[in-house]
Amino acid sequence: MSPLLNRPRRHRLLDTFAGPHGIDGYLEQINPLFVTGECRAEVVAIERGTEESITLTLRPNRVWRGLRAGQFVQVAVEIDGVRHRRCYSPASIEGRRPELELTVKRHPGGLVSTFLTERAQVGMVVGLSQADGDFHLPTRRPGSVLLIGGGSGITPLIAILRTLLAEGHPGPVALLYYTPDPAGTIYREELESLAARHPSFQLARSYTRAPGAGELDGHFSPRHLPQAGPCFAEAETFVCGPAALVDAVRGTWANGLERRLHVESFVPPTLAPLGEPGEGTIRFLDSDLELDNSGAPLLEQAEGAGIEAEFGCRMGICHTCTRRKVSGTHKNLITGEVSAAPDEEIQLCVSAALGDLAVEL
Amino acid sequence: MATTTMTAPPPPARRSLTPEQLERFGEEMDAIRQRLLSELGERDANYIRGVIRAQRGLEAAGRGLLWAGVFPPAWLAGTAALSLSKILDNMEIGHNVMHGQYEWMNDPKLSGKQFEWDTACPADQWRHSHNYMHHTYTNIVGKDRDIGYGVLRMSEEQPWTPYYLGNPVWAALLATFFQYGVALHDLEVERVISGEVSAAEKRGLRKGIWQKVRRQTLKDYVLFPALSGPFFIFPLAGNATANLVRNLWAFTIIFCGHFPEGTEEFSEEETADETRGEWYYRQILGSANLSGGRLFHILSGNLSFQIEHHLFPDLPANRYAEISTEVQETCERYGLPYNVGPLRKQFGSVVRKICRLALPG
Repeated sequence: MSPLLNRPRRHRLLDTFAGPHGIDGYLEQINPLFVTGECRAEVVAIERGTEESITLTLRPNRVWRGLRAGQFVQVAVEIDGVRHRRCYSPASIEGRRPELELTVKRHPGGLVSTFLTERAQVGMVVGLSQADGDFHLPTRRPGSVLLIGGGSGITPLIAILRTLLAEGHPGPVALLYYTPDPAGTIYREELESLAARHPSFQLARSYTRAPGAGELDGHFSPRHLPQAGPCFAEAETFVCGPAALVDAVRGTWANGLERRLHVESFVPPTLAPLGEPGEGTIRFLDSDLELDNSGAPLLEQAEGAGIEAEFGCRMGICHTCTRRKVSGTHKNLITGEVSAAPDEEIQLCVSAALGDLAVEL
Repeated sequence: MATTTMTAPPPPARRSLTPEQLERFGEEMDAIRQRLLSELGERDANYIRGVIRAQRGLEAAGRGLLWAGVFPPAWLAGTAALSLSKILDNMEIGHNVMHGQYEWMNDPKLSGKQFEWDTACPADQWRHSHNYMHHTYTNIVGKDRDIGYGVLRMSEEQPWTPYYLGNPVWAALLATFFQYGVALHDLEVERVISGEVSAAEKRGLRKGIWQKVRRQTLKDYVLFPALSGPFFIFPLAGNATANLVRNLWAFTIIFCGHFPEGTEEFSEEETADETRGEWYYRQILGSANLSGGRLFHILSGNLSFQIEHHLFPDLPANRYAEISTEVQETCERYGLPYNVGPLRKQFGSVVRKICRLALPG
């Protein structure tokens, strides 16, 4: 079941009255936010930070159960009739108000980020998942905290930073922040003002394409750590950013320090690599099976592996074998259409995998 | 089931095309399909959401008016609104959404596999008997159970028995109780009676039907009437009338899809190793359209474009009208019949067929 469809509350009698569409089928006609079985949110404010980014304030409906600083949510938007989902880490203060603050940075060719940066407006309603992820502040706040962020991987760290400072955290907090240049740096002014107001907060920035502009230079290196203050070795450390940054930090935190390191791998949404029909691995997630892709239709490969898959016409018309593709690129053998979009329904009988692919079967 | 020797001589069009022509014909149909798929977008999403909105509104209005059904104008208006709601729900929404026509939208609420409709037949059983069996084996006597629904004789190729003397009576009963006829479709009662299928095999289906029928009955004949207290009889009668109106309308439209004069049936032998082109060809020869205005098409669930629907059962039905000219023109070029006529004419010929086939021959 889609994570966006949270388990509906049971009102048995009401559901029989409202059957078979359920009470939400009628409530959403009055206001899309009135639904009781699905988390949705309304955009209540927008702010264009840099040219390439937008900050949205979302007010979730009553289904929302709150989030801990650092966690992520999935946001669903509809673009030209098609629903797309993406993960974002809200930068909101934990436990304050239900509003969520999302900063979206446009990626070249990114469908959802381009749509949101160009077309988002107040009043727009989006789908929302409950907050998820182990990357968050522990309930027992650590004494000293080191945050290391790269690019738009800064957003969960902003949530952690704001939460700690708003709570009047007694220990030292430091942020090492890596971005290409000052102009495209999100949260720049707020960070400067926080650093000015909170002596316990140590800010060190590196503009990798503008040497000399920040307190640090170049990509992450252990040499940068003294900038974070004297106690970084004992600090609970949170890192979020591109894979190269995360790997570099991981390498430094080896030898028993890993316990104190919390990692969120931040991967910009790129299209799945286009493989050849006979390449890669197919993962049948529900059956917990992996096999080498033969290039044959997925239904045939599943059956060959002993999975009793539901099927009908075997010619792409009846949709009995439709299943959700989680990731990978597939080709529709009837239309020749190739799609690399994650999370879409595909007909197994007429779809072949191009390279690695994972499907709920 | 064996076919009989009572087959009428094949009409001139049948098998009149060479294999090469059939292949080219199939390619032309595939091209229409692909073009349409590439055009789907916001317009189609808005269309189906608009129809759903109208249906939910009509239903709410109908239930409300029938609550006060003791006042004759409220009863009449309420019954009319609820009848329209059930017709829209079953035909333009339920039938089409369950075909997977809107799966490209990636919205779980419009997923063919998750939709449930306001009628006695459980959606999952319908998807099997209709999407798979009827649409794959359209008009193949012995495989397509829509030919007579197991109770009527609708083709010369069904061997006559004295039971069929009652053909017109059985047809009138089926029309009146159509939602239950559809609900029992997948049970194949007559094959259980004849011993071809064991009753035990159908236990799961029986349970599913019973649960759905119980919920629907509770809603329409107990819960909503109970809200009117001593005047319960008015909503009860209104709900029964709305169900009846929907039954008669659905029966009329559906029987005009494959049984008017000129539509053809096929044998299992001649369709054994069909190519894609031959499959398209059979869909055209076995289906008939109804001419009419836009509202008529919407209320028929666009099954008035039965030919287009059978060519492209999983493409959004709101598009059938615009491709019908091209389909008709293509049929003319290949010398294929394109059976279309007004409801009065087509249904008249269906009634004549029902009466004629009551007698041997």
